Amino acid sequence: MSKWNLIINVGRCENCYNCVIANRDEHVGNDFPGYAAPAAAVGASPIRILRRAQGSAPMVETTYLPVMCNHCDDAPCIRRAGDAIRKRDDGIVIIDPVKSRGRKDIVSSCPYGAIVWNEEQQVPQTWLFDAHLLDQGWDKPRCQQSCPTDVFEAVKLDDAAMKKMAEAEGLKVLKPNLGTKPRVWYRGLERWETCFIGGSVSADFGGTIECVEAADVTLSQGGTILAKTATDGFGDFRFNKLAGDGATFRIDVTHALGGVWRDCVLSESVYLGELRL
Amino acid sequence: SDGSLRYTTCTNGGPLFVYVKDGRILRVTPLEFDATDPSTWMIEARGRKFSPPRRALVAPHALTMKSLVYSDKRILHPMKRVDFDPDGERNPQNRGKSGYVRITWDEALDIVAKEINRQKRVHGPGAITFPMSSHHQWGNVGYYLSSLMRFANLIGFTRVAANPDSWEGWYWGAMHHFGNSMRVGVPAGYGGIEDCLKEAEMIVFWSSDPESTNGAYAGFEGTTRRLWAKELGIEFVHIDPHCNPTAQLFGGRWFSVRPQTDAALAQAIMYVWATEGLYDRDYVATRTTGFDEWKAYLLGETDGVPKTPEWQESETGIPAKDVRALARKWGGRKVYLAVGMTGTGFGGAGRGATGAQWARCMIMMMAMQGWGKPGINFGNLEIGIPHDLHFYFPGYADGGISGDLAFTGNAVNNYQRMPHILTMNPVKQMVPRQQMPDAIIEGKATGYLWDGMAQEAQFAPFTYPMPGYSPIHMIYRYGGSSLSTVTRSGRWVDAYRHESIEFVVNQSIWMEGEAQFADVILPACTSLERWDIGEWANSGGYAHHGVNVVNHRVVTLQHKCIEPLGESKSDYEIFTAILTRLGLGAVFTEGCSELDWVKRVFDSSDLPDHVSWKKFCRKGYYVVPPEKPELRQPVDMRWFAEGRRKDLPEPAPMPSQYAEQFGMGLQTPSGKLEFVPEIFKRHTTDNPDRPAVNRYIPSWEGRSAELSERYPLQMIATHSRYSFHTSMDGKNSAVNQVDDHRALIAGHRFWLLRVNTADAAARGIRHHDLVKIFNVRGAVICAADISPLVTPGVVKSYEASAEFQLIDVEGETVEIGGCLNTLTPDRSQTRGTSSMAPNSCLVQIEKWRNAEAFKMARAAQEEVL
Ligand SMILES: Nc1nc2c(c(=O)[nH]1)N[C@H]1C(S)=C(S)[C@@H](COP(=O)(O)OP(=O)(O)OC[C@H]3O[C@@H](n4cnc5c(=O)[nH]c(N)nc54)[C@H](O)[C@@H]3O)O[C@H]1N2
Ligand SMILES: Nc1nc2c(c(=O)[nH]1)N[C@H]1C(S)=C(S)[C@@H](COP(=O)(O)OP(=O)(O)OC[C@H]3O[C@@H](n4cnc5c(=O)[nH]c(N)nc54)[C@H](O)[C@@H]3O)O[C@H]1N2
Ligand code: SF4
Ligand code: SF4
Ligand code: SF4
Ligand SMILES: [Ca+2]
Ligand SMILES: [Ca+2]
Ligand SMILES: [Mo+4]
Repeated sequence: MSKWNLIINVGRCENCYNCVIANRDEHVGNDFPGYAAPAAAVGASPIRILRRAQGSAPMVETTYLPVMCNHCDDAPCIRRAGDAIRKRDDGIVIIDPVKSRGRKDIVSSCPYGAIVWNEEQQVPQTWLFDAHLLDQGWDKPRCQQSCPTDVFEAVKLDDAAMKKMAEAEGLKVLKPNLGTKPRVWYRGLERWETCFIGGSVSADFGGTIECVEAADVTLSQGGTILAKTATDGFGDFRFNKLAGDGATFRIDVTHALGGVWRDCVLSESVYLGELRL
Repeated sequence: SDGSLRYTTCTNGGPLFVYVKDGRILRVTPLEFDATDPSTWMIEARGRKFSPPRRALVAPHALTMKSLVYSDKRILHPMKRVDFDPDGERNPQNRGKSGYVRITWDEALDIVAKEINRQKRVHGPGAITFPMSSHHQWGNVGYYLSSLMRFANLIGFTRVAANPDSWEGWYWGAMHHFGNSMRVGVPAGYGGIEDCLKEAEMIVFWSSDPESTNGAYAGFEGTTRRLWAKELGIEFVHIDPHCNPTAQLFGGRWFSVRPQTDAALAQAIMYVWATEGLYDRDYVATRTTGFDEWKAYLLGETDGVPKTPEWQESETGIPAKDVRALARKWGGRKVYLAVGMTGTGFGGAGRGATGAQWARCMIMMMAMQGWGKPGINFGNLEIGIPHDLHFYFPGYADGGISGDLAFTGNAVNNYQRMPHILTMNPVKQMVPRQQMPDAIIEGKATGYLWDGMAQEAQFAPFTYPMPGYSPIHMIYRYGGSSLSTVTRSGRWVDAYRHESIEFVVNQSIWMEGEAQFADVILPACTSLERWDIGEWANSGGYAHHGVNVVNHRVVTLQHKCIEPLGESKSDYEIFTAILTRLGLGAVFTEGCSELDWVKRVFDSSDLPDHVSWKKFCRKGYYVVPPEKPELRQPVDMRWFAEGRRKDLPEPAPMPSQYAEQFGMGLQTPSGKLEFVPEIFKRHTTDNPDRPAVNRYIPSWEGRSAELSERYPLQMIATHSRYSFHTSMDGKNSAVNQVDDHRALIAGHRFWLLRVNTADAAARGIRHHDLVKIFNVRGAVICAADISPLVTPGVVKSYEASAEFQLIDVEGETVEIGGCLNTLTPDRSQTRGTSSMAPNSCLVQIEKWRNAEAFKMARAAQEEVL
């Protein structure tokens, strides 16, 4: 039995909001009986784009993360809602627009904050994978159709094949510890979850300060070297994919002109600024 | 399958399919090509083959069309201000205060027609003005340069002479170094995609954010190509006070320059090139003039100040070492310089006091690096698609149905293909756009021309009023964007209430902006409620071959998808009804409905050679097949770099404008790239603001200005990412719900102000706090968006909020719609020009002390409702 999954390519989202707007376009003012009541013209969107801006000038990295209903296989919302929410054979979770009327309590059941309350219609609503369109023969949801950078890939696979693919490509889900078994997968989620340490190396060349290219930089912890890199033409270096768990790291820069080091406690990404040899 | 009909349309953000069911728009989706559409071009670069997707990568604002059609701010019937009596008390002082009553179309049209005649009779030519905005809903028939121009010409009007707002620094400055007046002083960009992908090693984005500005009309068509460049390992650098969405997506070194100091940075880079020999000596020797004089200035031989990287540091905030590193990288490689939205012009850096200094530097830098040689050009992969440009279809500025040969591209384009009744405005009087409120209030104004015919046209001043004509007494406003797009726009409120203005009519789709200042309001409809025809991104006019930004040439029939809502009518119908009352109905229409005109435009183009009218109507669009690889346009300026005759498909310069031999050399007096422009030497020796040797003159409203003690932050308000100017903002549109556009606080959607983390902390401001941003010109309440993405000392926001809402809270008057142009200076960048400088704006911000009072008042209001 093949079922729908959505893969999201983290790092390709540029926060253009096409997916959010396309989804509103699909639902505002439109009634799709059995799928969804008309969405409100004003108010929160079922697809949200989260932002994470790390570092400081000139070394910043911004990541945008589209989040929406995960169509969980073990969905807390279904446990709360009973027959007002159903799981389809193709994996899609649908909040029944009639049976859920007045059920504001359902909103808080989702640990992902993926349910919005429609005040006009008095119904809880989510991104429904455009099930009504897929049922008419569409091969992808509207968010995918309107995304300029191919962030989304809707795939219909049986669960075993999907699991294999997720393992092979390092796809991850949000809050896996909750055991909700999401059907929305993220490729490259490390960019969202990890931190970097960066800096810029310079030296005094007879009274003139210059950027130092090709200086060796090491990252270590308790005397163990974890990674090595070299500075670029602007004297910049950066260590990526570090856990921001409050641990202390040491940075050592070595170059024919001299050396310099820094200690750094990492809970959010850090740009160390100028490191003068 | 769901019983809907699929129509097509085109917007400022790309072509769409429009699904309609039971007379209602169900949805809009980006146009996708099918197997019967022609093939797509392919570019080979560095061993790889690249071809764009076969679908329209549209802008976010395009996808909001349905929400705009059904907006609760639609004006659905004609209205009259309650205390406006055309035959008695007119109460101009109450404009913008008193409410409206519904009237019939007959009543409304009679009032307007009678008033037009009265103005002519009592005051004479010039008394009426038709202030036009720069943009419009897509289409060649309904465009303002088409129908509105034809209508206005048939009545006669004082022209509101626009300043070259998009091109400021380029028109007044850069142009004199290299010509291109017919492009308002910006480069052309031909062949830029292939050349850049094949040859360039680095792209320097300088005041360039194509992921927000989308090459104006191209949506995200350029994004794919920039992703290709990244895959090929082309290095990116971004010079911008904001780590803008382009820098965010693609990465690359960010130079967080302070606004309006770019000329200092550029000169320091050129200093390094000059002193370290990192420039193209042969090119400079054979293709340019004046380099020795320029070099002497850079080295400080003229003024005792060498323009070293250390010299610029305190101005720009960029460490000298970084400037040297950039200069050396750049000097040693093949680099594309990306300026503004297409990479070949525009840029917020050009819209400030130092705009011309910056744009001039950009041309000089390219002159030093061998502009036109392989991999060395202007561009950011937004422009230069290998299209078939021989296929003729007119752009919106090419005349439409206007019959106007002077102020559109009609004379060289549409008129010859589609003869129609010529129209002409007999009134010579003009009023400069940025000074129009002063012209009304003070009764006089001086302006300088924006005219691309020649480099010299801009030096001619014109004055208002002009002898022989009446001052303005009636405003026929079409749309209502000025409060949001014109500098120090609060002036408009006083102008509208001035006693000399006897009548204001506003023809608008939505109740917003200036509509609420009119005596009579005429409801127009959106482009989905009327017929039109248009080619995606084909602007024509000064943007000759503007289609070079989109991946496919797509001509769309713009269907009348639904009937106009309420009693609204198409602009064309409204004009017809008024002119019929003046006996000019048939002259205006030539007996044609809008659909008839659409067919005439179709027939005038090359379409009939390829597709029948019937088939075109049924399918809704036509894709022009790609150019044969051997016929692709040459690269811009390659001919010049190689000392050949010009080989580009553009009709400029004019034959008389070549220095010696037709087709050889540039439009400049010498025919070369001029480091010290001859034109300035001839015309501005008495104007220290416009020196022939480009200097760095700090902004008159920058960090060194006296004002900065009280207003220490520099505000830049640039082009809105999610709306096309005011068009999709406000009015409960889908854009208005975008969290990165406005923030919902106490039931109101507040405009965002992007603030650096340190500046916010210093003022005790937290994310999404309501902040007051203010200076001597006014105060606006915004929601703070705090991040490290803006340079410390800078606040960044967008221009063009559609909402203008002054409120009183606890005795304090503030604007809460987000009209940041109420804070910008109305001063021209330099003396002797009519230019805008909104990005030279000092402000202070503070946590809004009346935020709680505002929230409580809102909550009380909600309860009453
Ligand atoms: N601070 C600051 N200010 C700026 C700029 C900046 O960078 N910073 N940029 C400047 C630039 S480059 C530009 S181009 C200008 C743009 O400034 P404007 O051209 O003034 O802005 P628009 O919002 O495009 O105005 C279009 C108006 O026409 C109306 N309209 C559109 N289509 C129709 C139609 O079919 N029928 C009717 N009746 N009305 C219609 C819209 O409702 C809207 O009111 O802003 C300038 N202002
Ligand atoms: N979505 C959307 N697209 C549009 C428009 C729109 O309204 N909405 N408008 C269209 C029109 S009419 C035009 S003219 C173009 C405008 O296109 P541009 O002129 O290129 O656009 P801006 O947004 O003004 O500026 C681009 C970048 O310049 C930066 N900038 C501002 N001041 C300075 C400065 O002093 N120095 C430096 N180095 N950088 C600076 C801004 O932070 C911004 O990232 O966009 C077009 N495209
Ligand atoms: S994400 Fe939330 S709403 Fe969606 S299925 Fe899971 S629990 Fe339910
Ligand atoms: S459409 Fe794509 S790029 Fe745009 S916000 Fe959505 S996911 Fe991000
Ligand atoms: S030279 Fe140019 S303008 Fe003259 S006929 Fe040939 S193509 Fe037309
Ligand atoms: Ca070079
Ligand atoms: Ca032909
Ligand atoms: Mo513009």
